[in-house]
Amino acid sequence: MNLISLSVIDLAIAASLVLLVALLQWRMRLGNTQALLIAGLRTVAQLLLLGLVLKIVFAASDLYWIALMSIVMLLAAGREVMVRQKRRFIGSWGFLLGTSSMFISAFSVTLLALLIIVQPDPWYLPQYSIPLLGMLLGNTLNGITLGLDNLTRSAWEKRTIIDGRLALGETWSNAISDIRRDSIRVGMIPIINAMSVAGLVSLPGMMTGQILSGTPPVEAVKYQILIMFLIAAGTGLGTITAIVIGCHRLFDDRERLRLDRLR
Amino acid sequence: MADLVISNLQSRVPALVVQQLAVLNLCLHGAEITGLNGPSGSGKSLLLRAIADLDLSTGDVSLAGCSRASMAGHEWRKRVAYLPTESAWWFDTVGEHFLQTDIASLQQLGFEADVLSWKVTRISSGEKQRLALARCLSRLPDALLLDEPTASLDESHTRDVEQTVSDYMGKRKVPVFWVSHDLGQLKRLSDQAMEIQLDGTLSALHL
Repeated sequence: MNLISLSVIDLAIAASLVLLVALLQWRMRLGNTQALLIAGLRTVAQLLLLGLVLKIVFAASDLYWIALMSIVMLLAAGREVMVRQKRRFIGSWGFLLGTSSMFISAFSVTLLALLIIVQPDPWYLPQYSIPLLGMLLGNTLNGITLGLDNLTRSAWEKRTIIDGRLALGETWSNAISDIRRDSIRVGMIPIINAMSVAGLVSLPGMMTGQILSGTPPVEAVKYQILIMFLIAAGTGLGTITAIVIGCHRLFDDRERLRLDRLR
Repeated sequence: MADLVISNLQSRVPALVVQQLAVLNLCLHGAEITGLNGPSGSGKSLLLRAIADLDLSTGDVSLAGCSRASMAGHEWRKRVAYLPTESAWWFDTVGEHFLQTDIASLQQLGFEADVLSWKVTRISSGEKQRLALARCLSRLPDALLLDEPTASLDESHTRDVEQTVSDYMGKRKVPVFWVSHDLGQLKRLSDQAMEIQLDGTLSALHL
């Protein structure tokens, strides 16, 4: 099966659908028009740029280039986690909390997958390492953003309850336990949903791509299962790390609730 | 008898109404009620919260010679209990908020035993306030910081609360800090009383 190449017109038709939604939002005063358009433009610009960069990185297949690209991806993901939160931690914590959680989870899971499971030669072969890391970062980003947003928003809304529990002599860990559990659950919802309906309702993106480019379905399925598990592990690890550290940060050494550390 | 000794205590919460928050030097004696009165926004609650170490503050507080710095925050607050005017309830039923089911003060505060199975969404503000006191006392604190504990109560329930606190204090010889708008109540209850002004000055209140 040959890959059907897409023309500019094909993409323009798809883009016009997004414009239609934007127009609807604008006419019905639903807001968010700008965010949709900007995100659309970013998709085009970033993916075109990525196409060019990947061409160079694939050709060079040099560890340093790949490491540099991974770091750029991580920093971009960290920034995204930060700006998507309504109430985030002030100062460098706002950026570092999400970024370091993603580093711990997405990077370690990718390394494990490359070194032990897939074993390309060399192990950092960019055709494998970059897409793997990208998928893991993209998904852990989602989990961490949702989890942290839930944590900081709930802590803010339920400050009377947290404070009341502290006043009764409960430990800080006990006082925030419900919110902590809930935040980790919220962060894990997307991947649990994705795994539950995979193949039944949705054809996961990577598998779709592989099948479109001619890979036998069963091979594509095996890769997709691997990816799903890696994503679940990465999202779980990343979300738990971010939420546990975030909970710590909400209290000080005297176990006082410190909402002044949020903006 | 365990005294609560407060030295140079000042809340570090950014002041909204007052120019400067009060600096408190005071000894609350065991088995005595110390009253605190003052206009809204003068920082009465902030003072109590600072004593309980719920907000940032400078200065020191010690109970029976033990400084709060010598123990973890939650251990301090287990001993020095702050009862806010607005109580928080986070489980479905009242009973889940209590550590045990045999609570002596409930009956004295006008509740039957079935109150523990009540849904928290259905209790009134007055009931909440009395239940919060019962919950606080059931954890057997060694000092009480009560922030207008009868604010939403009628005359008869106010007397119940006063009697309950007095009994607990008499039995366990604990110091009590009682914030109230009601000068009559402070006159009735307190062994010593303080007044806080909007400019943050504290003075003895003669009732």
